[in-house]
Amino acid sequence: MKNIEVLFYRSSFRFVMIALIAASLIGTASAAGQKIVLTGSSTIAPLALEIGKRFEKLNPGVRVDVQSGGSTRGVNDARAGLADIGMASRALKPEESDLMAHRIAIDGIGIILHRKNPVQALSDEQIKEIYTGKITNWQQLGGEDRKITVVNKAEGRSTLELFLHHFQLRNSDIHAHVVIGDNQQGIKTVAGNAGAIGYVSIGTAEYEEAHGTPIHLLPMAGVPATVANVRDGRFPLSRPLNLISKGAPSGMAKRFIEFAQSAAVDDLVTAQYFVPLAR
Amino acid sequence: MISSQHNISSLSRADATLARVTGSIALAVAVLLGLVLMLLVKESWPVLAGGGWTRFFAGEGWFPAGGQFNLLAMLWATLACSAGALFIAVPLGVSSAVFSRFYSPNWLVMPLRRIMVLLAGIPSVVYGLWGLTVLVPLVARWEPPGASLLSAILILALMILPTVALTSEAALAAVPASNLQGAAALGLSRKGIVLGVALPAARIGILTGALLAAMRALGETMAVLMVAGNVVQTPASLFDPVRVLTANIALEMPYATGDHRAALFASSLLLMLIVTMLAWLAGRGGAHANV
Repeated sequence: MKNIEVLFYRSSFRFVMIALIAASLIGTASAAGQKIVLTGSSTIAPLALEIGKRFEKLNPGVRVDVQSGGSTRGVNDARAGLADIGMASRALKPEESDLMAHRIAIDGIGIILHRKNPVQALSDEQIKEIYTGKITNWQQLGGEDRKITVVNKAEGRSTLELFLHHFQLRNSDIHAHVVIGDNQQGIKTVAGNAGAIGYVSIGTAEYEEAHGTPIHLLPMAGVPATVANVRDGRFPLSRPLNLISKGAPSGMAKRFIEFAQSAAVDDLVTAQYFVPLAR
Repeated sequence: MISSQHNISSLSRADATLARVTGSIALAVAVLLGLVLMLLVKESWPVLAGGGWTRFFAGEGWFPAGGQFNLLAMLWATLACSAGALFIAVPLGVSSAVFSRFYSPNWLVMPLRRIMVLLAGIPSVVYGLWGLTVLVPLVARWEPPGASLLSAILILALMILPTVALTSEAALAAVPASNLQGAAALGLSRKGIVLGVALPAARIGILTGALLAAMRALGETMAVLMVAGNVVQTPASLFDPVRVLTANIALEMPYATGDHRAALFASSLLLMLIVTMLAWLAGRGGAHANV
């Protein structure tokens, strides 16, 4: 009798254990199904990471995995299905029409000079010659007799990438006098040197200029460097930041893309010095 | 020094516990240092292995995107910054220590020391911000671009000055009073006592302090990053912008992958070797001072 009882307890204990293990297995399986993988542009990755964190908080059990590796990887991974969503800091090319781009923000950079510098506009060609060391004095551009201090960004920064791409330059062609890390350092460097020229994210520069920092933003090709012009797509030195999906997105990926395009992440976009979408 | 340990024949139980606790904490620090070293070696291994380390001293320069990892220009810049800062800070620091020990009125000694301690405690980013907004524009007015080896040297000198001054003062204070009184009794002037007796007696302590200051200068990142200009080139003049090894790591690590990342870890390893050598020298100096 006793033996049977013991046996009964044992088997029920075993049953409970099996049930628990099975439940936990099912639980992890469903959580694993709730994972969104994003790969691609290292420009977008930090923003996607922040958006992902907020998305995870709003959707418990969902994991957002962000890996950088360049826009090309983002496009390829989205096409091959290696990633649920690709990230590309450019518009899609005609041969990529099998994919769908979902714009989440715009990246724009502006050329800044010291406020005392009388030069009011520079052509693309002139900027190129300044950065490659062919023009070394503001006098050559109708300014005062003052040496030009070329401020460049450190390797790997997205602003550098956009700048080089726009002016068709290689980083090794640039004769820099000061290499900076972030936008604030760039603005302080130009504000402290009447002969300096630099480029920084437009959002930051516009804010600083409006709040009395002695810098001024140059127009590009006649278009004033303002956040509004970047948002409208009129400013030449800008590029879209896109999430890429293969065909129309569905399920969790769709929800993530909609969330990334919503006004709920505008503060994250601004914090990364990008321009939020016009809505 | 060493023999005093053996005077205690047996430890009480409370002492034994305390010995175990403090001993394991000391051991943990050593293990931590070992782990840091291991991590640096492991992460830099991809470029160190197979003779890849020669790439750090050959090639056209530092173009990580093109696989060129010549560190020499940044190594010279790092050494030039630290040497220049020592060149300024050591005479000033020692002079200030001599003043406060031998010439200063009594009421001024404590305020001076407090100021030095305060200077030593200012966060480096504050020095950097001051350098970027005040010092660099000043130098730029003289010779653009302003962000230069000179600015880095001046900022570093300011930062290590308190270390030199405080250690020198401690070294001077450790000179036996009888030596100084003897010199005074022999009719030496105060200047004679300072230059002929006190400074020679304290020289090893002062040297050790200077080595500690050099270690701080070599490792300083934020302040130098903000004022040095960060252009990778071997400095030919004081007004050339330069990039030091620490600034290079801070600037590029967030975006580095693959061999580039490994090369940055390797440059940390190089810095660690230099600092270890200085620490060893300082330790030797300290050992001599105690004999």
